[in-house]
Amino acid sequence: MSKRTVNVNVEYLTRVEGHGNIVVNVKEGILEKCELQIVEAPRFFEGMLQGRSIFEAQHITSRICGICSCGHTLASIQAAEEAIGFIPSKQTLELRKYLLHMENLDSHILHIYLLVAPDLLGVKSFVPLIQSHNQVVRLALKMKKACNDVCDILVGRHIHPISAIVGGFTKLPREKDLDAMLKILYDMRSGMDTTVELASGLKFPVFERETEYVALLSDDAEYPMLQGDVGSSDGKRVNKYEYKKVTNEFIVPHSSAKHARWHRESYAVGALARFNLNATKLHPKAKEVANTLNMKPKVTNPYLNTVAQLIECVHSLEDSIRILEDFKRKKINYNEEIIVGLNEQNRIKVKAGTGVGAVEVPRGILFHCYEVDEKGIITKANCIIPTSQNVNNIERDMKKLVPEILHKSDEDITLSLEMLVRAYDPCISCSAHFLNVKYVNR
Amino acid sequence: MNKPKVAFFDFACCEGCQLQITNMGETLLDLLGIVDVVEFREAMSEKWDGEYDIAIIEGSITTTHAVELIKKIRDRSKILIAYGSCATIGGVNGMKNNFKLKDIRKEVYGEDYQYFDTIKTRAVHQVVKVDYFVHGCPVYIPEFLKVMKAALAGLPYQVPDYSVCVECKLNENVCMYDRGLTCLGPITRAGCNSWCINNNNICYGCRGMVSNPNEKGAKDVIKKYNIPMAMIINKMNMYNKCRELDEDKDE
Repeated sequence: MSKRTVNVNVEYLTRVEGHGNIVVNVKEGILEKCELQIVEAPRFFEGMLQGRSIFEAQHITSRICGICSCGHTLASIQAAEEAIGFIPSKQTLELRKYLLHMENLDSHILHIYLLVAPDLLGVKSFVPLIQSHNQVVRLALKMKKACNDVCDILVGRHIHPISAIVGGFTKLPREKDLDAMLKILYDMRSGMDTTVELASGLKFPVFERETEYVALLSDDAEYPMLQGDVGSSDGKRVNKYEYKKVTNEFIVPHSSAKHARWHRESYAVGALARFNLNATKLHPKAKEVANTLNMKPKVTNPYLNTVAQLIECVHSLEDSIRILEDFKRKKINYNEEIIVGLNEQNRIKVKAGTGVGAVEVPRGILFHCYEVDEKGIITKANCIIPTSQNVNNIERDMKKLVPEILHKSDEDITLSLEMLVRAYDPCISCSAHFLNVKYVNR
Repeated sequence: MNKPKVAFFDFACCEGCQLQITNMGETLLDLLGIVDVVEFREAMSEKWDGEYDIAIIEGSITTTHAVELIKKIRDRSKILIAYGSCATIGGVNGMKNNFKLKDIRKEVYGEDYQYFDTIKTRAVHQVVKVDYFVHGCPVYIPEFLKVMKAALAGLPYQVPDYSVCVECKLNENVCMYDRGLTCLGPITRAGCNSWCINNNNICYGCRGMVSNPNEKGAKDVIKKYNIPMAMIINKMNMYNKCRELDEDKDE
């Protein structure tokens, strides 16, 4: 056993969304401090929503995070519609599922290529890769742009979507739009094949820790992303309205993101959790890729979250193509196009109530909960973000990992910790905003 | 010749405007061909301790730590660009200023609220001097590229000071007021190509107000369509609450 003294002190962890620090102190071989500090400036969204119209909730909450603004949009709309008692049409739900796939695909590609790959290739960012791996960088940017172009057509833009609102869509894709989106997605298939090939050559760090995995669960055959109950790898399942029983949030002083735990000391959400709970429902092509990459539930190496993301990319791409091809056949009903504004014309009926949205966004299950009065004014709002749920689990991983790698150099320990945090693809703006590594002693 | 050194920094924001950069696709490689991005925490681990030719700032200033940091960045930067609504006008973060700080802190974080430093939301120019503004939530990349060209050439960039309606009319949209809805287009700065209205949504005023809004015209419209003033003010405050801090300064 090493009697080393190590101080890791990473201020403002890079290649993650938002501001976080990693602080680890090991004194003579004993781990004294091991924290993932979330130092993002708190933004008080839940407070700011009070007194605003429920028809503004989506617009405001999509601004919680630029990377997953479509995810926030969908969770917000679901909570808002349930609060006022509005039931969306089948067509609307299909289009929302498709939007969620695009969000997932876009975010996962960004994470895999631009945020994680540099570590695995031993460089500091994608910029040196422009020289050394030019074709790969071009492929990544092209795929990212493809998702973006699809969102431009579908909802006006990817960051802070315009046309997805409470009630449905203000603009529905025309025949030529469906063709344009399909063409982009068909073209993406070869890029996806290349990505899988590249990934099978990558080596991820070896590390295991048993934990509880939490994701949406449903009874139908669909890989649940937009709708379902909240389930756990420990065999529990609750209705989404009981989300507080799942998250049990508590505050710790070193983090502006609240922490969470359910049946164990911590739990994990995200692509790996979804894969562990619902792998049998993946698209056959995604299952094939999982086989090729040797991924079989239950996977307990958190670094492999990135691989689970890749498997989900294949699923999202293929299921999106299916949805679009269906619309080509069935045709879109344009009578459902709605122009609502702040509902000043009362085009959508409103009643007082409480609504919960539970949606699987790229980083895991996202909860929005609103209470509204009879005029549709928000009286209370609560948002529980995937990264907040993961922070506690990441810290537990770090605590197990550090003693296992004490024989390594300080630089390598820091890198292993940074990579671990990055693997969760934390979104710190969302959770308040979060990441930095600070070491204090070995 | 050395390429100009460019750095990105973010304060309270969603980082969506920085993300717009990675959404440029391969055009990004052209941009990277003419500038040297020395810091971009969201996408890069590289750091730089010299002077910045251009610092691009996303986000509003909402903590005492941020005030110190933005002053340091200003001191090290030849040109400073406020990038996105949070930075240029305070944006949605400004809604916090609608509340008493203590109340909203307690509401979100409960009795332990004092762990979390927060001050009144301010736009970047309300703390340090800003050389260029790229408005919008999120920024409109064609405008960002115009501003970058101007900044690199040392030329001024004039933000359009006419209303969104001008662009909206050119795009042949049916007026939202004629559709029975209120829209902030008539008093909001153009430059976004009426992005939201093109997609059948209303303008929320994310680019800030024109410097000389047609108040009389706006009053006529409000009267004609019988719109409650409180509703308009509430809507304005979604992005433009920090504007009152500018007004305070003028007094």
